[in-house]
Amino acid sequence: MPSEKMLMRGSHVVGEAAVRAGCRFYAGYPITPQNELPEYLSARMLEVGGTFIQGESEIASINMVLGAASAGMRAMTSSSSPGIALKQEGISYMAGQELPGVIVNMMRGGPGLGNIAPSGADYFQATRGGGNGDYRTPVLAPAGCQELADITFVAFDLADKYRTPVMILGDGLMGQVMEPVVFPDPLKVESLPKKEWALTGCKGREPRALFSMLLNVNALYEHNLHLQEKYDEITAEEQRWETIMTDDAGLLVVAYGTPARIAESAIEELRAEGIAAGLFRPITLWPYPTIPLRNLAAKIGKVAVFEFSMGQMLEDVVLAVGDRAEIYFYGLPGGIVPTPSDIALFLRSALKGDGKVGRRIET
Amino acid sequence: MSAEAGYKKVFGRTESLKNNPTHYCPGCGHSIAHRLVAECLDEMGLREDTIGVPPVGCAVLAYNYFNFDMVEAPHGRALAVATGIKRARPEKFVLSYQGDGDLAAIGTAETIHAANRGEEISTLFINNAIYGMTGGQMAPTTVLGQEATTAPGGRDPKLHGRPIDISLMISHCDGVVYIERCSLASLKHIRQAKKAVRKCFQAQVDRLGFALVELLSPCPTNWKLSPKDAWAWVNEVMVKTYPLGVIKDTTGY
Repeated sequence: MPSEKMLMRGSHVVGEAAVRAGCRFYAGYPITPQNELPEYLSARMLEVGGTFIQGESEIASINMVLGAASAGMRAMTSSSSPGIALKQEGISYMAGQELPGVIVNMMRGGPGLGNIAPSGADYFQATRGGGNGDYRTPVLAPAGCQELADITFVAFDLADKYRTPVMILGDGLMGQVMEPVVFPDPLKVESLPKKEWALTGCKGREPRALFSMLLNVNALYEHNLHLQEKYDEITAEEQRWETIMTDDAGLLVVAYGTPARIAESAIEELRAEGIAAGLFRPITLWPYPTIPLRNLAAKIGKVAVFEFSMGQMLEDVVLAVGDRAEIYFYGLPGGIVPTPSDIALFLRSALKGDGKVGRRIET
Repeated sequence: MSAEAGYKKVFGRTESLKNNPTHYCPGCGHSIAHRLVAECLDEMGLREDTIGVPPVGCAVLAYNYFNFDMVEAPHGRALAVATGIKRARPEKFVLSYQGDGDLAAIGTAETIHAANRGEEISTLFINNAIYGMTGGQMAPTTVLGQEATTAPGGRDPKLHGRPIDISLMISHCDGVVYIERCSLASLKHIRQAKKAVRKCFQAQVDRLGFALVELLSPCPTNWKLSPKDAWAWVNEVMVKTYPLGVIKDTTGY
């Protein structure tokens, strides 16, 4: 049975959802603004017989996840931006070794140590692969606590289905904010699909080895083609997005995560004035819902992109839309969270094309 | 057949090693260390429960030789990976097999903290005082005066810093129950090393805590010595910086 409706902060929501999704291993290193997640799991994992380890670093933590994943566990780590930078080594290895795992990034300001305020500045890091090699990481970007709960289940399922690390990309605001949540039914760990590749000791079978090093050039070539086939399949099968009030829209707002929530309120403000705007909200940032956005943008003719960075998701919008619609962009470097009315100013400006708020992107 | 002919089998392949020729250089200590690991696993009946973590370094391909489950770790992270495995599957026997660059340089933090947490992992630390796979650069354990491609003229403490004795360092951690340093450079030493490996494994079977055996291991290729002279160098020169013997033992065995 789904849970009762509960009021919980985003970081706790991910922790509880992970446990319900069958995660029994967590390792992480403290960093603000996501400490509430390891704090929650330090107690919760004990209740369910799972493992919580406060690692000596983000690097150690992701590698502990790599180890637990190799042994067949649903495993997770979390951090915030600079800590995620440190985890890239392990994420790249997990991609190469085809090991499932979930990595949560509650983004904060950067570059470098930046600050602890919400940001969207790790979009490139998340979607382009921060580690070495020709790999992709599915990136799920929820826009609130209920979706955080639901998408954590999706993240573990995708990770296991495709044997790949999966990232949940939130931000410092989402991790802190409290919202009502109803959790899905807890999954039974023993009823999760069997992992025929996992290391369990070789009793009654040939030994297994999980590795990413293929010194033979032909072998690595084949391995990368195999990975690419998998990424092509994920691209074809796993795109997620949401559209809101787009049927009659004369302006299509594109935003993900927390900015999408603000944009939705701004759209309501415009609609109260009789201006028909709608929202396209990518939920998978990789694979990006390129074609659905292209088709909708071409129909509407005018696109307004808003994000907590100075133009990162914008690149995917430009790749999707090209010159099929006018593109306006308003980026905030993160930290300062605008009000819906601030964003409404941008949207009105985009509609008029007067360049007062944001700027026109030439394609 | 052999029994009928009056022969008794006194030596053979171990089940814990695959029937694959290794890529190790003539005179390299890895082959001997592999053999010791395999013999102990066989004798203790652990092979089918073992999950091993090879290093990045000369033994990176150990999964081609060891006949049990293995997972590759990034350079230096073997003990973090091993920690994840052991905590996820505490009933399994988890082996970390690492070189000096892996364990005592890039993986120093992982080594110290896994040891200090008292992770129930058996670690084989192959110390050959050089970066072998990359071609003879200075290792954290390169001894003073020793030639390396990045320490021309020999390791000078003013220029290159001093060699690190990480086994001694981590012996101060409460989570560590057993550390012994052995040599792989004579038959007598190899026999002693096997006893140490076995004890190291037993400590995990009995769930006592972290155990490590450091094996001073010849690298004739990068030391630019013959295999025979490399053995002599281990036992005459290297042991001055890394004295052999039990460094810590609270196992009660």
